[in-house]
Amino acid sequence: MGVLLIAEVNSGTLSVDATAKALTAAKQIGDVTVLCVGSGCSDAAQAAAKLDGVSKVLCAQDDAYGHDLAEPVADLIISLSSDYTHIVAPSTSASKNILPRVAALLDVMIISEVTAVVDADTFERPIYAGNAIQTVKSSDLIKVATIRTSTFEAANEGGMANVESIDACANPGLSEWIEDKVAASDRPELTSAGIVVSGGRGVGSEDDFKIIEGLADKLGAAVGASRAAVDSGYAPNDWQVGQTGKVVAPDLYVAVGISGAIQHLAGMKDSKIIVAINKDEEAPIFQVADFGLVADLFDAVPKLTEQIA
Amino acid sequence: MKVLVPVKRVIDYNVKVRVKADGSGVDLANVKMSMNPFDEIAVEQAIRLKEAGQADEVIAVSVGVKQNQETLRTALAMGADRAILVIATEDVHTDIEPLAVAKILKAVIDEEKPGIVLAGKQAIDNDMNATGQMLAALTGWSQATFVSELTIEGDNAVVTREVDGGLQTIKVTMPTIVTVDLRLNEPRYASLPNIMKAKKKPLDEKSAAELGVDVTPRLKIASTSEPEARLAGIKVGSVEELVEKLKEVGAV
Repeated sequence: MGVLLIAEVNSGTLSVDATAKALTAAKQIGDVTVLCVGSGCSDAAQAAAKLDGVSKVLCAQDDAYGHDLAEPVADLIISLSSDYTHIVAPSTSASKNILPRVAALLDVMIISEVTAVVDADTFERPIYAGNAIQTVKSSDLIKVATIRTSTFEAANEGGMANVESIDACANPGLSEWIEDKVAASDRPELTSAGIVVSGGRGVGSEDDFKIIEGLADKLGAAVGASRAAVDSGYAPNDWQVGQTGKVVAPDLYVAVGISGAIQHLAGMKDSKIIVAINKDEEAPIFQVADFGLVADLFDAVPKLTEQIA
Repeated sequence: MKVLVPVKRVIDYNVKVRVKADGSGVDLANVKMSMNPFDEIAVEQAIRLKEAGQADEVIAVSVGVKQNQETLRTALAMGADRAILVIATEDVHTDIEPLAVAKILKAVIDEEKPGIVLAGKQAIDNDMNATGQMLAALTGWSQATFVSELTIEGDNAVVTREVDGGLQTIKVTMPTIVTVDLRLNEPRYASLPNIMKAKKKPLDEKSAAELGVDVTPRLKIASTSEPEARLAGIKVGSVEELVEKLKEVGAV
């Protein structure tokens, strides 16, 4: 059985962590071919070829593929689909945009956010913000799925697959990229960071979020935020952790001024160690925290930043 | 231009979900149900388009059980002009899959010919995040997902999308399918007079079969279970104690 794994490629660079984690899930299903799509993606394809367990890498380069526009990328995937029983991708904003379109064009159901592969037809996925886990068996001929990366270990390097360039498909021309607003940051990427420090509504302002960032930088951590903090304008949208934001499972998650609504817990409750700092001792975040500190964050966080060697 | 807004009836986002003891699903009997929060944002945006003179009519459509009438009445009370209910099941525990919903919506689009569809990006029950994209595939239209800003300029819509790295702005050809994200707007509450008025607004009922759509699920639900619960942790008394504990477990 052949699995087509759509690699996560950003500005020509392979997102190794996300792709390697989805690869682990794909390898449990069958022989894996990786597809790299981008305006220039030969470097990404070479990087993908080094991942252990990849049989072949396909590289489709075209200006139309530079910005993850759903329509042209979906058409490309469809043109390759007849060779595969499964089409999978790490669950990112790009694949969540593209793969349901692919599935509908193939007249099959999408299987979103797979957290476990039971067998080639059967998958586990969370529903209701992770408050229930559903096991679903697909009756479709081709299975199209996004893989929740936080639940799979990354595949190692050690492969040396062949890279094959493939032609682009005609661009349906339904959409056009205008601009990206991406904040440059030296911090680790949120979904692959070993430590995440997140702030919530309790932080109170964009300025005060600097104390969250200070702790994060001391720990070499990524910065996250609750929906409330993002909605209030304290933090940018790409920091949002939760049911509809990013799902993270770092070794250490520090929740500061976050009450712990189920929608937030959905995005971080699989973290190995959870620390909660909140002045409200009744806050639900304490029910999932390994270490809870009832304290004023403006007092505790600077102290914590100082005391961590 | 007509705006079509699909709305889903889901368990209220404040309700604690309980998995049924026999593993057959989540208990939805006698549980408070509401409009999917993302769909409220879509309804709000549709009404704003009408208020801005960019749309003539807002049509809310819901697929599911008879009780979805309530969800549609909410959309009408917010300001939608009329509603279409497509009954696809009699069992409140049967979730109609996004693919089937998209096929039904495609059939509605063929009749109504809207210029834009505004949908929530995700339903908070099945968390699929798929219906809008699937509908775009079936119609062959452009798609603009996870949208936090929307401007219609002639034959195009310019949208800002919330993506993993930040924000992306794209231009899509109309007609288009837009799925809305949290930051697009803050939905209004329906006023009491509007709730009363909504009762008199037209609400058509059809069945999935009348629209020629087979809603047989492609994904068979083998089981539904509770996730593993985290073991209760401890409270520490001070920052010093916290640092000590974190060092003990090797976390810092």
